Amino acid sequence: MRLDEATRGDFPILERIVNGHRLVYLDSAASSQKPRTVIEAMSQYYERSHANVHRSIHTLGEEATALYETARDRVQRFIGAAGREEVVFTRGTTDGVNLVADALGRTLRAGDEILVTELEHHSNIIPWQMAARGRGVTVRAVPVTADGMLDEGAFDELLGPRTRVVAFAHVSNVLGTITPVARLCARARAAGAVTVLDGAQAAPHLPLDMSLLGCDFYVFSSHKMLGPTGIGVLWGRRDALEALEPTRGGGEMIKEVWIDRARWNDLPWRFEPGTPPVAEAVGLTAAVEYLEKLGMERVAEHERALARQAVELLQAVPGVTVYGPHAAVDRGAVVAFSVAGLHPHDVAALLDQEGIAVRAGHHCAQPLMHRYGITGTARASFSVYSSSEDVSLLAHAVAALRTRL
Amino acid sequence: MTPAAGVGFYSEAIRDRWRRPRFRGDLADATSVAEDVNPLCGDRVRMMVRVADGAVERVRFAGDSCAICTASADVTAELAERRPAVEASRVSTEDVLAVLQADIRPTRMRCVTLPITVLQKALQP
Repeated sequence: MRLDEATRGDFPILERIVNGHRLVYLDSAASSQKPRTVIEAMSQYYERSHANVHRSIHTLGEEATALYETARDRVQRFIGAAGREEVVFTRGTTDGVNLVADALGRTLRAGDEILVTELEHHSNIIPWQMAARGRGVTVRAVPVTADGMLDEGAFDELLGPRTRVVAFAHVSNVLGTITPVARLCARARAAGAVTVLDGAQAAPHLPLDMSLLGCDFYVFSSHKMLGPTGIGVLWGRRDALEALEPTRGGGEMIKEVWIDRARWNDLPWRFEPGTPPVAEAVGLTAAVEYLEKLGMERVAEHERALARQAVELLQAVPGVTVYGPHAAVDRGAVVAFSVAGLHPHDVAALLDQEGIAVRAGHHCAQPLMHRYGITGTARASFSVYSSSEDVSLLAHAVAALRTRL
Repeated sequence: MTPAAGVGFYSEAIRDRWRRPRFRGDLADATSVAEDVNPLCGDRVRMMVRVADGAVERVRFAGDSCAICTASADVTAELAERRPAVEASRVSTEDVLAVLQADIRPTRMRCVTLPITVLQKALQP
């Protein structure tokens, strides 16, 4: 059975009729929909087990703590982390990058450099600008080639003894480019730089194994991988996390507190001040279990086929430009395109009239838009429930667009 | 509003102004120029005005923008031209919407208001 046939019935929202049409949801890269198991796990948690975690010495508090910490174990297994203490819960990818950038930023000195790439989401640019500001630190960017790949020759030239941090996306949220993580991380490590990976568009779609990637930090969000909003993961190699001084204080992240000083808690709680998103962690557990049951190899294969179909069908439509790697090159589950003479927002609004949800605009990647000399694109993106029919409907609707306005 | 053509809030007026904007172009003898960006989409709109003796003689706009924003800029320019500058700076969203005859959703309202605020900036004394 095709993956979408096996999963579609699990996603209640896909039964919605939008503007008189069956919902064709092609905006999963922005946020995926949720299977019933995730929704029910969270309701059940609130109906039966909710309390604050860690220091509640009563039945509910113990249940809530167990559920929260179980999420950590599930995530550890899902991403192939060496230990549960390497999994820090955050509010999401943006929050994770900010946490690392803030902490690393305090160790930077004048003349140091941070290396990002032109295909980064703003959330992997701005925190580094902030880390650099006022410290005499420079942010530089690896250029992107015309077909959407990182220019590795330029990467080698930009990487030098001043480079302290190398931060880049595992999968581009616009082009779908899968970056050569292991190769780049090995070079960065040899140059003495800390590596930070934005895995927001990879974790929902590719099998992950932290021991193979070779990076120091890896961040992603729950809500793009069938889980709830409000929670994400920062994975850090144990020694890399140990070397990071916490920058956010509060309850739970300490062992002992005096008025003028404190002793930090162990990993990972050192980086989790305040009441964490417990219900969201419960939902994330259900999402991870759902994905594991499907198998990430199968998920990746399904979405790869959809992306290739979308590239081929859209490229065949007169006036349509598809961005990113060639059809034959593996890409993530996103396809960005533009229609000659139509603004991306008009493309999205007209498609919405037919129940087709796509993203349009700069996708929080303005430097990449500048690189291609455009203000924005439309973008179709896929998840486990997306089907070949969804892609055909999109291509048909796009082909008819130019007569619509 | 349920338009017969099935194009939702793309009213006939918007489609017409998008296809054939009357006021798009350059204004070499502009006395004031203003420009701003819609943070939602990165669209940039520039309004160029020529004011003489307290009256708006000519208005032209430029920019890469969506159909709604282009139509709004065109209508804004039309409503402002050949009016006393004080009146032109009071062209409102309601005035523009009355011409566009469209049911603009909240997420796209900034597409309508951007040219209006840019014109106001250009007409600031």
